[in-house]
Amino acid sequence: MPVRVQTQDFDIAAETAAMRADNPGIGAIASFIGLVRDLNEGDSVSAMTLEHYPGMTERALERIVQDAKQRWDIIEVLVVHRVGTLRPLDQIVLVIVTGAHRGEAFAACEFVMDYLKTQAPFWKKEQTSAGDRWVDARDSDDAAAQRWQ
Amino acid sequence: MDNADVYKGLAGEAAVKVSVLFFARLREAFGIEREDIVVPGPAPTVSALQALLRQRGGAWEKELAPNRPVRIAVNQDMASADTPLRAGDEVAVFPPVTGG
Repeated sequence: MPVRVQTQDFDIAAETAAMRADNPGIGAIASFIGLVRDLNEGDSVSAMTLEHYPGMTERALERIVQDAKQRWDIIEVLVVHRVGTLRPLDQIVLVIVTGAHRGEAFAACEFVMDYLKTQAPFWKKEQTSAGDRWVDARDSDDAAAQRWQ
Repeated sequence: MDNADVYKGLAGEAAVKVSVLFFARLREAFGIEREDIVVPGPAPTVSALQALLRQRGGAWEKELAPNRPVRIAVNQDMASADTPLRAGDEVAVFPPVTGG
């Protein structure tokens, strides 16, 4: 399944191996991993909790994957997004795109992340040195997504 | 099925009962995760539901003020103010998303 929302960690090597197995048509694999940082808006972050909307989140991610496949000549897309409580150094999100050539794979991978950030229903709450707070959406993320329109 | 569950289609006369979910900051601000709400006719829409919730005052009025960035989904698709509501719809109310 190309889209997963899960509490457990993921292994990019294992996921990549599964995607490229027995497919000699793949000439390029582009991937992205998002991580929890220890600093945000000047405050140290000790943990964050990710919440989602079961059902709608998976549908939104599947729609983004379909959109990417229509825009670029790629072979397959995998999106894994974690929810629950995560700490600095932890992995949050994985996107892997396979294709025949690197250009399409790079572009599709960036597109999936830009759309995920602005359209998939996930919300982050940070525990920081300044207290607990919900992370605000960023204008720069909206601008990144609008590049593709 | 009581009257509130009936949607009279083209006539649009009836109120409808919808299931409303709240997420993230809004869930905490309202202190509720899910509730069934009857939205009055004659044309129950997302904006009619928002107006009804705002009338509760306090956090509802503040968080759902027209200038606040609130997102609404109906049956798990993003909706707009004029999206019609039908009996049994699942309506989700949430802040702009911050995943990734």
